[in-house]
Order: sequence, then structure tokens, then C-alpha cells
Amino acid sequence: MQKYSVFSLIKNAFSNHQNWEVAWKDPSPKSEYDVVIIGGGGHGLATAYYLAKEHNIRNVAIIEKGWIGGGNVGRNTTIIRSNFMYDANARFNEFGMDLWRNLSQELNFNVMFSPRGIINLAHSDAQMNAYARRGNSMRLNGIDAKLLDRDEVKKLIPMADFSDEVRFPIFGGLMQPSAGTARHDAVAWGYARQADDMGVDIIQHCEVTGFDVVNGKIKGIRTSRGDIKAKKVGLCVAGSTNILAEKLNMTLPIETHVLQACVSEPVKPLLDGVVTFGAGHFYISQSDKGEMVMGGDLDGYNSYAQRGNLPTIQHVLTGGLALFPFLSRLKMLRTWGGIMDMSMDGSPIIDKTHIEGLYLNCGWCYGGFKSTPVSGWTFAHTIAQDQVHELNSELRLNRFSTGHLLDEKGLGTKTWIG
Amino acid sequence: MLYIKCPYCGLRAQKEFSYGGDATVKRPNINEEVSSEDWDNFVYMRKSPRGKHIELWQHIAGCRQWIKVQRDTATHEIFQTAKVTEEIR
Repeated sequence: MQKYSVFSLIKNAFSNHQNWEVAWKDPSPKSEYDVVIIGGGGHGLATAYYLAKEHNIRNVAIIEKGWIGGGNVGRNTTIIRSNFMYDANARFNEFGMDLWRNLSQELNFNVMFSPRGIINLAHSDAQMNAYARRGNSMRLNGIDAKLLDRDEVKKLIPMADFSDEVRFPIFGGLMQPSAGTARHDAVAWGYARQADDMGVDIIQHCEVTGFDVVNGKIKGIRTSRGDIKAKKVGLCVAGSTNILAEKLNMTLPIETHVLQACVSEPVKPLLDGVVTFGAGHFYISQSDKGEMVMGGDLDGYNSYAQRGNLPTIQHVLTGGLALFPFLSRLKMLRTWGGIMDMSMDGSPIIDKTHIEGLYLNCGWCYGGFKSTPVSGWTFAHTIAQDQVHELNSELRLNRFSTGHLLDEKGLGTKTWIG
Repeated sequence: MLYIKCPYCGLRAQKEFSYGGDATVKRPNINEEVSSEDWDNFVYMRKSPRGKHIELWQHIAGCRQWIKVQRDTATHEIFQTAKVTEEIR
């Protein structure tokens, strides 16, 4: 594989960039694989990459209905963080942060990981107390957390509304300085390129139509491009998990919802990190291109449409305007929607299933992108070793029936409300 | 914006309603032995189909009645609405 570097860039400039190698091939499906990963999004591609790299399992196929990176890995708001209170979530995502820090070098692909910090704003004494508690929990797990008072927040985001008349005055905030953003497309492409180089077949435009299960054991899958035998099958299809689960006669603790995001026209640099509003569901960051990237609530009803409704955008941006009045002067560039697996406790599921050789990676709710590397890493381990890793030992499917929920926000089963 | 026909008030904008989830989920009967699996299915497990879905909505900024709506989860087309005591087929 051609190494990407400043020298290869200069070399290819002489031939007008016409002679770059293809980044990944476009193979036809073979009749049999050791492992088939369904879903060519960030998590699926990462899983295939770590299967090859960490476990030397290279007879692997990724089956993607559309094209790689066309789903949620290209639709999220690129935020990377590990500011969780519960040990299981904190350890899992902090391991992921370590993978992020070295990802560009490891993949030889600039994912533009930019740890500029995230601030969760607090608007009451009670919220400050809750953030102090969360920050302490984070620090106990070795994650950097800083409780900011009002003046410290004002220094970092002076353009927020600090006037006396506001309905939700800013009391302070909790900051994770090592959180940040990355270029989401590059993450998908970087993993795809390395996985392809190690022998993984990336098969696009191939829809899974059924599963071949004999005596409780997976034998293969049926696709729009023919049947494929497989010793092991991993599902990485957040957003479509319920559709495939139905083909397997499985019912899961997941509802499928649409989440919207939007960007403004590009403006000069004014917001350094990520900021979340504490009195409503709104978050904002500024992309390297200068666009303000914003998101917030789900539309609030089951949906498989990769587009949303205007009232939700209006509601989210009302919160945005309360925090950053300058937004009223910006034109909106575009809005879009992605389909979320909303799990019933707000935390993901990476586990084996009751079908031997079938593995499940789903339930990512609002925050799948930040976990892309660690999700792939632990899922690859779970598939290769046929057992969960310590890191995903609490992200199991049976936690709902045993009562060991990871309800990070204590919202109950309707995680899409509030 | 969805437009939902409330069986009591007529056609109204979605903003007047709040969502209550899958209407086909049945709560286990009171005063009967309930297995953990039944509770599990009631509290957590959802089919969440792509296509026709019968769901509960409350006309929160109107008559405040709970109603049933049959809606397509991919196209958002609304086929039928009914009072919560009525069946949708």
C-alpha cells in the first residue's frame, strides 16, 4: 500500500494527482468467510480493522447495503469525549480516547483529531453540584475534568449571553479539556483503507436479506448478491438493528429514532471547543471550515427516515439562541437526519447473542461516533475470542433483564424524552 | 410537520401532541403472577418496525386525550387514528 506523506503528495503532484492508488478495492463477495461484519459504517470498518490487526483474522468481509461512510459515521456532529460518570462507560470511552490520540498515525490517514475541549454548561446550583460529582467520578477514572465557575466560562466563551436578563443564567460548567472533534469521513476512510490492505473484503451495495441459522448456530447470510457462508457474523448496523433483528426473530431493547443536526454558513473562528447548553438540549462546535455545527433533540417518535421535521430544528435552535444570541445573524447552510438505535438505558450493547456465532453491536443512542475505535476494538475481541472483553463486560444484552442498567442520565426507558 | 387527526378535535399540528410510544405493548395483568420475562417484554423490548406502526400520542395542548395513530415510520404517512379504547386493524 502506498504510504500517505508529504513526499507522496509532492510526488503525485507531478502527475497532476492522476496516479494515486485506489484506497480500497471493490471486490465481489466470496462464497465463504471466517467472519462477516454487516454494516460498513465506522464501527463495522473499525471492527474489521482490529480483527485483522489485533487478532490476525483476515478472511473477513464487510457487507454494506449502501456505500461505506454513508450512514451515521458521515452524519454525526464529530464530537469525541469520555465525560461519563459511571465506571463502565468512563473506562470504555477513556480507552477509546487513547486510541483516538494515536489514530492518525496508526491509520496513516489524517483524521484531524482535535482535542479542543468540551464544556457542559450549568444553569443552577443543583446542576453545579451534579457536575462536581460527575467530574470527581471522571477524575477517579483518570479522565481530566475541570469544574469552571462563571468567570472562567466567560473567559472561554465570551460570546455567550452573560447578561442579567437571561432565563437560564450560566453558573459555570464542567470541562473535559482532552475532548474534541475529528473529521468523521476520514475515520471511515482510514479504517477502510487499512482493513482492505490487510485482506478484508469491503463489499458495498449488497443488502442482507436473511440469515442462515441451523440448530441455534449461524451458518451464513443471504444477500442481494448471493448467499455467503460465515463461521461468525457481527451486526454493526445501528439505525437498522431492529430490521435485521426481526429477520432473526429477535426483539431488542431498542427503539429507532431520527436525530437531526445542522450547520450554519462558515464564519471566521470564534468558538474553540464544544459547548453544550445545560437548560435545554443543544450543543455546538465550529468546524475547521468555519461552519457552526449544531444538534440537539431527537424528533421524538419512531422513525427510519433519514430526515427530520422542522419543529424540532426550531426547538433546538431556540435553545441555541438563548445561549448564543449571535446565531440569529447566521444563515443556515443545511440540516440532515440520521437514524439512531435508542437503547432503553441510553448505553450501547456489545455482546454475544443466544445464536452461536452471532454477535451484536448496537444501541449507540446519540453518541456512536466518539466510540468508533473502542467499539471496533472490543467488538473484534468479542468476536475473535467468543467472549466479551473486560471493557464491554457491562455493555451486555442481558443487563435489562438482570437490572444492571447503565442509565448514565437516570432518564428511565424513554431516553429520547428530556 | 406531521398533521394528526385527533378523534376528538380534528386535524391538528404535531406540535400539539406528545409521543407515547408503541401502542401494541401490553402491560401484564394486575394481581397475576408475572414472570421476569413478561416484565422485560413490557418495559424494555420493542419491535420498532420499519413501516406501519401503531403508536400512542397524547393531545397535550388540546383535549389532553390519549389517542392511537397508525403511521409509517419510514414515510411518516398517517393511515388512521382512533380513540385509545378503539382497535386499529
